[in-house]
Amino acid sequence: MRVAAPVVASLLTLIVGSIFFASLGHDPLPTLYAFFIEPLNSLNGLSEWLLKASPLILIACGLAVGFRANVWNIGAEGQFTMGAIAASGVGLFWPNPDSVLLLPLMFIAGMGAGMAWAAIPAFLRARMNTNEILVTLMMTYIATLFLSYLVHGPWRDPAGFNYPQTALLPTAALFASFDPAYRLNPSIFITVVAVLLMWLFTDRSFLGYKMSVSGAAPLAARYAGFRESAAVWIGLLAGGAAAGIAGMAEAAGPLGQLSPQISPGYGFAAIIVAFIGRLNAFGIVLGGLLMSLLFLGGEGVQMTLGLPSALTRIFQGILLFFLLAADFFIFYRIRLIRPARDTHALETA
Amino acid sequence: MHPRLELRNICKRYPGVVANDDVSLAIQPGEIHAVLGENGAGKSTLMKIIYGAAQADSGEIFCDGNPVAAHNPATSRALGIEMVYQHFALFESVSVVENIALSASSAFHLPSLAEKIRELSLRYGMPIDPHRQVHDLSVGERQRVEIVRCLLRTPKLLILDEPTSVLTPQAVVKLFETLRQLAAEGCSIVYISHKLDEVQELCDTATVLRNGKVTGTARPKETTSLELARMMVGSKLPEMHVSPPVPSEKPVLEVTNLSVKARDHFGVDLKDVSFDVRGGEIVGLAGVSGNGQAELIALLSGERTHGRSDAIRISGTPAAGLRADERRKLGLAFVPEERLGRGAVPSHTLWENTVLTAHRSGTVRNGLVDRRKASAFAAGIIDRFKVKANGPASTAQSLSGGNLQKFIVGREIALQPKLLLVSQPTWGVDVGASAFIRQTIVDLSRAGAAVLVVSEELDELFEICDRLLVICQGRVSPPLVRKTTDREEVGLLMTGRTMSKDQMASGSGDVALQD
Ligand SMILES: Nc1ncnc2c1ncn2[C@@H]1O[C@H](COP(=O)(O)OP(=O)(O)OP(=O)(O)O)[C@@H](O)[C@H]1O
Ligand SMILES: [Mg+2]
Repeated sequence: MRVAAPVVASLLTLIVGSIFFASLGHDPLPTLYAFFIEPLNSLNGLSEWLLKASPLILIACGLAVGFRANVWNIGAEGQFTMGAIAASGVGLFWPNPDSVLLLPLMFIAGMGAGMAWAAIPAFLRARMNTNEILVTLMMTYIATLFLSYLVHGPWRDPAGFNYPQTALLPTAALFASFDPAYRLNPSIFITVVAVLLMWLFTDRSFLGYKMSVSGAAPLAARYAGFRESAAVWIGLLAGGAAAGIAGMAEAAGPLGQLSPQISPGYGFAAIIVAFIGRLNAFGIVLGGLLMSLLFLGGEGVQMTLGLPSALTRIFQGILLFFLLAADFFIFYRIRLIRPARDTHALETA
Repeated sequence: MHPRLELRNICKRYPGVVANDDVSLAIQPGEIHAVLGENGAGKSTLMKIIYGAAQADSGEIFCDGNPVAAHNPATSRALGIEMVYQHFALFESVSVVENIALSASSAFHLPSLAEKIRELSLRYGMPIDPHRQVHDLSVGERQRVEIVRCLLRTPKLLILDEPTSVLTPQAVVKLFETLRQLAAEGCSIVYISHKLDEVQELCDTATVLRNGKVTGTARPKETTSLELARMMVGSKLPEMHVSPPVPSEKPVLEVTNLSVKARDHFGVDLKDVSFDVRGGEIVGLAGVSGNGQAELIALLSGERTHGRSDAIRISGTPAAGLRADERRKLGLAFVPEERLGRGAVPSHTLWENTVLTAHRSGTVRNGLVDRRKASAFAAGIIDRFKVKANGPASTAQSLSGGNLQKFIVGREIALQPKLLLVSQPTWGVDVGASAFIRQTIVDLSRAGAAVLVVSEELDELFEICDRLLVICQGRVSPPLVRKTTDREEVGLLMTGRTMSKDQMASGSGDVALQD
């Protein structure tokens, strides 16, 4: 049943998508082909597919650690941004731009910044019981505006014709592509390691076990004496670390510099990926590949068929909607009750 | 005339077990019919099939002579069938009246429904405040909600799956009056209980199940409880051996002047509670549910902590500020009253559920869960406590109520605690297994452990305890020695009549409703 929901949701998304295309005056079948198959027809397409799937999977793995314990970090976008900023800062301003230590230092800076950004909501939740959903979301806006301030102000490239962007990172601060013709680079191995770590953590470790008890039965966690605040801290820091590393890998990979548009919404899309993947490491890999394809297909049909760029977001939305709906109908049944004649009886009905 | 309900050749399989095997029975209008059997005999499964909450693999159901096909709880209620589940089906996050309104299939008016609930529950001796949130209610109070929900609708067939396991003796008397009256009006009642004296008092006929099969029928009023037990178990009951206690010099558990405000205004404040439990003895805490037991037990187990650390000492170490697992390091083990969701994670397997508290007993190594060890640990409990389960890989929620209870008791005892807290140890456990659990608790104490048993069943407390405490409205009485006290004295203390005058004046025993 748990596996059925994502499959059903994906099929329904395709059907609604077809109706969508038809209503925009495009023949559904060729458009679907252009959306989902064409992007994968070339080596470059495959490289782009994996390149975009990598941050999605990485972030989703981190988020799922928290989601399993009912810790809802929806601010990965902000943690991603802070990771990219910190890593780029190191890359731009480290005294020795040729140092082989540059990339590892950027990795640490990106991860640290993502974790620090997630530590604030963790502290507030653990100490003052604030709602981490709201705080993580609000922190995202702060991060985005901070990035905007940096690239418009202090970090703007003086030789950049006033574009809001930093100078290019030095070569030693970049992941070299596998092949100069394509953008795919070794940062994808970070994601592979993250998937394995996530699997080890959730399926094998005692800490992961405690987190799953906290999520599935909070009273049992209290009965066993598992610290509730530990679940909050681990859940949020795992998401922050993963998002920060993903931000670093974007800056040191395909981007090579900071600009206001460093993320096409990876942090938010990763939430959907985590749920499509059923919070399971290997499910998340499949979910990330699907989501990446939505990004690619959206770009593709925008260029070849002139369809609106909002299409990707719409597809993401429809997919999430159907996934939640499918889950809902698997676990609940709706029953209509005739309302009482006395209407104020309904206030809590 | 057609029987009210007739079952023909009902079969139901779950992976690895045949829960019901060719079960046939008939219940006449106005009849009170007991279904008896060991834990895991298939009683709850059969009831769920009647109610439509589970579907039989084969067999037929007739209601008033009409075949019932492909039904569900909603259609059953339309036919006039109501059921009180063994594991309640209440929504935690809303109030009592909203819960009852949600199960109504037709129009309702909340304020008048609330009034009706209040009035009916008082009349039946099961007072509940309709506006309380369900998650604040104790198990006993939830049970009352379920029963009142069914009684509100004047059913034609009422199914009660172990309704009295957590009710007060007074409430049971009132409930029986109500049930007899309902039966006299023509309502048929199916009654499941492991308490054979209740069955003899109330029921006209009984069907006995063993391993899913009907093994006999009886007229409980004309049969001795020993005979009934033998029909259920198929062999002789084990006998209890309670040797005299050898209390240790120093207490293992010391509670001194513990006072706590309730967390919400429905809870009970604990007032200046002091007592101790020594190694080698069993102390019982008697009391009507809702008098502060839940608060006290949460403070003792570490689910709730207290600012003054020496208010609770375990083996001399101040422990009131420690979390549950830190207290477990001091030798504490604990069986809570809710087995699903507190004592065990429902969706997790049995081996995973051993890790919950046995993570210091070799099931976790180097930060990784050792599945083989955990499975072996679970298999050991299943074997020793004769838990009916498919194996360590079955989920906690697939076990029958009594079997999960046996598993949790077994897990906590297997930890070889120095101090064992047990709440309602044999709730829902069949006669044979109850005797076994009690004997194990006695043996554990005689081997030197201190045991505190919280129970509403005086018979159980009198059978195994060396000393008795009584809790009423958040106060704990001085200890009574079992040999020199009797049920009357304890019963009086439980209703608080010797403690406060106005209770005596009102003359009612329902101290559980705090308002
Ligand atoms: N959902 C389920 N999945 C798998 N097995 C189940 C499920 N429900 C019940 N069983 C099995 O069916 C058998 C009968 O269970 P049932 O709950 O009917 O017992 P019971 O007679 O009510 O016992 P108790 O007195 O302990 O409540 C048990 O072996 C139980 O493990
Ligand atoms: Mg049962």
